[in-house]
Amino acid sequence: MTGEQRMDDALLVVLLLADATIRVATPLVLAAFAALYSERAGVVDIGLEGKMLAGAFFAAAVASSTGNPWLGLGAAIAASVALALVHGFACITHKGNQVVSGMAINILVAGLAPTLAYAWFRQGGQTPLLPGEARLPQIHLPGVEALSGIPILGPVYRELIDDANVLIWLTVLLVVATHWLFTRSRFGLRLRAVGENPSAVDTAGLSVTRLRYQAVIITGVLTGIAGAYLSTAHGAGFVRDMTAGKGYLALAALIFGKWRPWPTLFACLLFAFTDAVQVRLQGVPLPVVGVIPVQFIQMLPYVLTVLLLAGFVGRAVAPKASGVPYVKER
Amino acid sequence: MKVPMPQHPPALETRGVNKWFGANHANRDVSLAVPKGTIHGVIGENGAGKSTIMSIVYGYLPADGGTILVDGRPVAVRSPRDALAAGIGMVHQHFMLVDSFSVLENVLLGAEGGVTLAAGMARARAELTRLARDYGLEVDLDRPVGELPVGAQQRVEILKALYRGADLLILDEPTGVLTPQETDHLFRILRALRGQGKTVVIITHKLREIMELTDNVTVMRRGQVVANVATADTSREALAELMVGRKVLLRVEKAPAMPGPAVLEVSGLRVRDGAGVERVKGVGLTVRAGEIVGIAGVSGNGQSELLEALAGMRPPAGGSVRLRGQELADRPDRFTARGLRALGVGHVPEDRQRVGLVTSFEAQECAILGHQGDPAFNGRLLMDRRALFDRCAAEMDAYDVRPRDPRLPAANFSGGNQQKIVLAREMERNPDLLLVGQPTRGVDIGAIEFIHRRLVALRDQGKAILLVSVELDEIRALSDRILVMFDGRLVGEVAPDEADERRLGLMMAGVAEAA
Repeated sequence: MTGEQRMDDALLVVLLLADATIRVATPLVLAAFAALYSERAGVVDIGLEGKMLAGAFFAAAVASSTGNPWLGLGAAIAASVALALVHGFACITHKGNQVVSGMAINILVAGLAPTLAYAWFRQGGQTPLLPGEARLPQIHLPGVEALSGIPILGPVYRELIDDANVLIWLTVLLVVATHWLFTRSRFGLRLRAVGENPSAVDTAGLSVTRLRYQAVIITGVLTGIAGAYLSTAHGAGFVRDMTAGKGYLALAALIFGKWRPWPTLFACLLFAFTDAVQVRLQGVPLPVVGVIPVQFIQMLPYVLTVLLLAGFVGRAVAPKASGVPYVKER
Repeated sequence: MKVPMPQHPPALETRGVNKWFGANHANRDVSLAVPKGTIHGVIGENGAGKSTIMSIVYGYLPADGGTILVDGRPVAVRSPRDALAAGIGMVHQHFMLVDSFSVLENVLLGAEGGVTLAAGMARARAELTRLARDYGLEVDLDRPVGELPVGAQQRVEILKALYRGADLLILDEPTGVLTPQETDHLFRILRALRGQGKTVVIITHKLREIMELTDNVTVMRRGQVVANVATADTSREALAELMVGRKVLLRVEKAPAMPGPAVLEVSGLRVRDGAGVERVKGVGLTVRAGEIVGIAGVSGNGQSELLEALAGMRPPAGGSVRLRGQELADRPDRFTARGLRALGVGHVPEDRQRVGLVTSFEAQECAILGHQGDPAFNGRLLMDRRALFDRCAAEMDAYDVRPRDPRLPAANFSGGNQQKIVLAREMERNPDLLLVGQPTRGVDIGAIEFIHRRLVALRDQGKAILLVSVELDEIRALSDRILVMFDGRLVGEVAPDEADERRLGLMMAGVAEAA
């Protein structure tokens, strides 16, 4: 092998890792940003997992029966928003315990989705494998051939940017839009205020209930998209428990990112990167230790989560009113 | 004093406003009128309904009937938004600010003037600069509100109201957290507002402020308006009588102290708070038998930590504490709340609801907290409920606690009666040293009189009392010696008859070391 070839191979490995990272990070980012809206508005949401799973199921179910992935995406959003509204009704309107409500949603969906899948499709709690046209499309960009001759830029363009799923582009847009919304817009100012001191919002003549419902609905929309990504973009059908703790991982990323958009994005990418590395390490003999059992490798992202949350975050300061139902003072 | 133009309708009028909180009739047919361009006082004891009526006017609470008129026109105020639209602004007792936001962002919240913030920010900056100049409301617009002193936070609240175009400004207990200098500053601002034709309503329980500042005053008692008078035609004594419903002695009558030997000697005491920040930075003081030593200071200057340390609730980080000549600081086994009780130290904590009582416990159980191991209350296996009941009933008689029901949960008593339960528990043990924090915070005038008399009586029995209070009037009325605390240090000692407000105020602000 020539030196040039070896460099190309190394670049390819890096690019494949980066590509895997982005694909794994997308649902995490969507879910973490979903929670960002909710928690900055003062509503804790540990029901991300359940809403994502519901989104994944309904996206796959509708895409499978209609053959249209966009209808699937719509159904995923509708289902997830409906669950978000249940959470809002319990926590905002009736000032219930937000953790209990979120947990209830997780448990509900974990059981309901496979049950419905079994009843409708009779395939052991899964939905049928989706054909290519029933999945959300990748966006093919022009100029791959033209750029392919250029070193580095050519392969980067070909492997990373071209043929990315439409939802990946949407997520990129979401991150930028969220940053802008939180820092520059009226809605963002109000959202941040209602999570810090709802009394200030109330006495400023704004409705705490309305703002918190708006936030919760945004959360529903984003978790719905995250779910649809799992079953109709990244995967090709719904499998029971397919979220596999991503909702909790997203929540951890949000805390690690101290409830701020850019650090949260970074945390999601970090988690996704360890996951991508983990996949590549499976069955590969390592120096000194040899082949590590796959279960230990798979633990990596979660071990990292625990370590980061326990040690490296420092004191994460949550929005002050997060998790506290708003009750007027007398 | 400005005489309102008779032909102009009142800036604010309420007619027959009613409000219930459950079974509690908080406002009964409240009718009052505030002439335009005046400063109007609303005064009453805690629970008299004065904050309630103003919260209704501001749309923060819904009324159960009645009419509100602004400039003679009836307005339907269903939310603060309606009130703001009608030109009513309110500065709440607990500030409604977002600590992590800058001053500018706080002012802008709810009045952003567009979907994006940039244009509104520029406009607000210009307008606030003008308001600040006109009324003496200087604040740094770009500082996070949480970093500002309370006086400045209050100015932010006033700016918020003015920026929204308020012509009528309601302030709920605005001076509770201010130093005398900050209070003066606030009063200058309010007079300037009146000078510009704005109307100000100030809710307070401090008679001196009413007399100093207002043009007219409405007195409330148990949810009803009992009097509407021009301030010039009344007096502190008359207002106090109206508030309480009987004659009240505003001055504490006490003979000169006859101090005996030192009971408590503290030197070089240092205390850290929960976050590890040093809050008491080398305090030395002596309290002798038969005297009341008062510690004055703006809240948050280390008085609370000092009191907690002396009560054994917070281990000192250094220094010496001697009780009747016996060193405690090197005896961590004794220097605890329990150990000190056994040594004859009573403690009335500053926060009676969180530290002094378990509010979900019955009064009779609260009455023996800290003495639950006493054989008098214990049978062989179980507590002697009969003894508990009798003990508490006797204390309730002696301290006039109402309602006289030892089985009622502590939460169901008013603030003054809760405080009497705590005081009775601590004082009836005949302590040699009594540590008292904020004995009359949130307590009605009638009960204040009673509590003050009790403290003086205890002193006259030859007990040593250390009093911490942010109420200057209370410090001056009770103390035989006044120590002023600022930033964790005692900055001076004043005799009560030399302690005029200005001098104390300057010391409390850390301006003048003992002059």
